[in-house]
Amino acid sequence: MPGPSLSHRGPRALFALVRRPELGAAAGALLTWAFFAVIAGGPFLSLDGTAAYLNAAAPLGILAVAVALLMIAGEFDLSVGSVIGAASMLLMLLVAEAGWPLWPAIAATAAFCVLVGLGNGWLVVRTGLPSFIVTLATLFILRGLAIALTRAVTGRTQLGGLQDVPGYDAARLVFAADLGPFRVSILWWLAMAAVATWVLLRTRAGNWIFAAGGGADAARNLGVPVARVKVALFVATALAACLVAVVQAVRFTGADALRGEGQEFRAIIAAVIGGTLLTGGHGSAVGAVFGALIFGMVRQGIVLTGVDADWFQVILGAMLLGAVVFNEAARRGLAERGGDGSA
Amino acid sequence: MTRHAPVLAARGVTRRFGRVTALADATLEVHGGRVTCLLGDNGAGKSTLIKVLAGVHPPTEGRVEVDGRPVAFASPRDAQRHGIAVVYQDLAVIPLMSVWRNFFLGREPTVGRGPLRRLDTAGCRAATREALDAFAIRIDDVDRPLGTLSGGERQSVAIARAVHAGARALILDEPTAALGVRQSGLVLEHIRRVRDAGVGVLLVTHNPKDALAAGDAFVVLRQGRVVAAEAAPAGMGLARLVELMSGGGPQS
Repeated sequence: MPGPSLSHRGPRALFALVRRPELGAAAGALLTWAFFAVIAGGPFLSLDGTAAYLNAAAPLGILAVAVALLMIAGEFDLSVGSVIGAASMLLMLLVAEAGWPLWPAIAATAAFCVLVGLGNGWLVVRTGLPSFIVTLATLFILRGLAIALTRAVTGRTQLGGLQDVPGYDAARLVFAADLGPFRVSILWWLAMAAVATWVLLRTRAGNWIFAAGGGADAARNLGVPVARVKVALFVATALAACLVAVVQAVRFTGADALRGEGQEFRAIIAAVIGGTLLTGGHGSAVGAVFGALIFGMVRQGIVLTGVDADWFQVILGAMLLGAVVFNEAARRGLAERGGDGSA
Repeated sequence: MTRHAPVLAARGVTRRFGRVTALADATLEVHGGRVTCLLGDNGAGKSTLIKVLAGVHPPTEGRVEVDGRPVAFASPRDAQRHGIAVVYQDLAVIPLMSVWRNFFLGREPTVGRGPLRRLDTAGCRAATREALDAFAIRIDDVDRPLGTLSGGERQSVAIARAVHAGARALILDEPTAALGVRQSGLVLEHIRRVRDAGVGVLLVTHNPKDALAAGDAFVVLRQGRVVAAEAAPAGMGLARLVELMSGGGPQS
């Protein structure tokens, strides 16, 4: 703890910690793993057990990485969950009702998601309203549309039969292959995290993402295209949702209009557990990876230990609260020292 | 001494917002290697004048000159291209970002090409360190979040950044307003160093003590009008400045 030899600016250990926002989440993941390794033992530690929590974490992780970047830029996207539902229904309608082959349908679905992201971003940047509200609105609009339109066209809200569509085998290889007990979506997740980390820490765009969330006015004064950065990140979250939609539709050979419900909140929780500030300006993609990993481990661990799965939500809520308190303390240590000139 | 045209000048600038005249017929010169202080109470028109000079508002009447030539800034970016930089009081830096990331924000140098085009992080760190050393700003580690520096150090980094980015005229908006005495001293010392490097400084302040400590020339605004513009500090005492600002001058 701070002794007389330390400057008034606080202990260096704190800087190390806040400089690497993922450290807390990495420690948390290790603790979670150790906890279930002791409590659940063999089944948790086995190859199948490991695969089970990684498989569960992957789709959430894909979302959380993109959501973390957007949150670092100071915005929320609550629509990602319903974008999953809408995108998977669009994909199924295109192949089942319009008779498209799978790959063009995937391309069209991705294009639709780009439009959703552009729409979200444009609305937020243009109106200056909190993205929380704007994307809450798009959450309901897209969820409603996915259900209403699918029902109007097909009379149902669940569509199947993707395995008979031309192009399915290749798509299965890309989006839903298995490597032993591990799903290929784990690789998508890690690849996305690697790209996001590169962008964030090693490119101009990354510098602008931090600046957009850490001080939009100062960034604008210095010529950073804050609006463009934010819109691009809304497109990124929508595309991440699209990827999850395609992965799940291909794996389950069909889709449900309700797919992805609640994922928007889980993605935010994973990002926050990963050290991303709710107020923006600080965070990491690697942290979001650990956040999603903790999610997967708790979910599988609870199943394996035979505890009632209802407790899952309690644990998540508690972890979120703990992470937010921790992050806020770190942020204060980082941003609010020495500002009074009382050196 | 100052035979050259001023780096930046306002000539008879009037700015109206609707029917409100925020600034009336204001003339002011910023010379390279000199600190011009713009003084005035709150609401005297200081902000309006610096916004005109920085390209935020076009003047309603009158003109802005750079190196003696009339210019019409299309935007703050345009003004920056002409070498005019503004360091705003509390909108200058991003506390959560490291010193070097702040230092190169918006003008980041890159290496490599195509998808491998990336930040020159080593170059950024080295150049930041060098630039801060050149202005005797002592910061142990350029990877520190800027928010962990003192208020005076933050302002100094913002000023050094503007100079490093090529500013020839530097407009400082109340750089000492939020600072204690010691921190203010640090910033004023830094301003003098920037001046000695040949940059024209416009120091906007409502603190006459700070103005006297750093200023080579003084322009006092009151109710949107220039009530005094005096070049030499000789005879410009604290009492006289306060008098001019508050409106009790001998001419009234």
